[in-house]
Amino acid sequence: MSVNYGSKRLVSGAHYGLRDWLAQRVTGALFALFTLIVLAKVLLVSGPLGYEGWAAIFAPQWMKALTFACFLAIAYHIWVGVRDIWMDYVRPAGTRLALHIFTIVWLVACLGWAVQVLWRL
Amino acid sequence: MSELTRKRPEYRNIHAFKDLPSYRWPMAALVSGMHRISGLLMFLLLPLIVWLFDTSVSSEISHEVFQSAFSAGIGFAPGWFVKLVVLVLIWSYLHHLLAGLRFLLLDVNHKAVSKEFGKSSAIATLVVSIGLTLILGAKLFGLY
Repeated sequence: MSVNYGSKRLVSGAHYGLRDWLAQRVTGALFALFTLIVLAKVLLVSGPLGYEGWAAIFAPQWMKALTFACFLAIAYHIWVGVRDIWMDYVRPAGTRLALHIFTIVWLVACLGWAVQVLWRL
Repeated sequence: MSELTRKRPEYRNIHAFKDLPSYRWPMAALVSGMHRISGLLMFLLLPLIVWLFDTSVSSEISHEVFQSAFSAGIGFAPGWFVKLVVLVLIWSYLHHLLAGLRFLLLDVNHKAVSKEFGKSSAIATLVVSIGLTLILGAKLFGLY
């Protein structure tokens, strides 16, 4: 157990602020990069982008793996961002807890769906 | 009244609907606020985003459902409404992406953190995101 008294005493918070702040930036940058990759693949398709061209973008195994990682990353990004909104504007603990639970259920459900779509391609 | 019995000030979070409109909104603050609104919008519309991904990519048949949603509509929603909601998503993503890159720049570059650059970069963010939204929106509604 680290020192938690005198000048080293931590008086408040759960101390995940810096970790989440940094994670949100890293995951945001990762998804920006992912956007560029998908965009480049779309622009490289010759002729009109029909079903075949669009589905082929996500078909290679490496693209599925990358997309899966980026979906997880953006889910964490969304969790940090939406939780920030509730923390800033919603004071009553009960309402805030309910919104946190809603956010997690909403996010995990959508993530599961997206991952299912991805891996059955 | 002595120091001990005086009521200590109580700090509360702001009231979003009462306090936010009373603020002065410089360009940088506007971009920041819209970053938050666009993020929340995409979070709330997440099932629609996954549905668009699902139908467009899963099979030839589902792809046709995806395409006809924009022309003939789907369920209770007419085609123009689907296009409108997707245009809101397009704006949200473009604004969130560009404003987010601006924030990353402000995080890593001390020189970028100035009143002047804050304003000019905020204006650039708005011009590019709204401009691209108009161009893509015109394409989406078949203007060209």
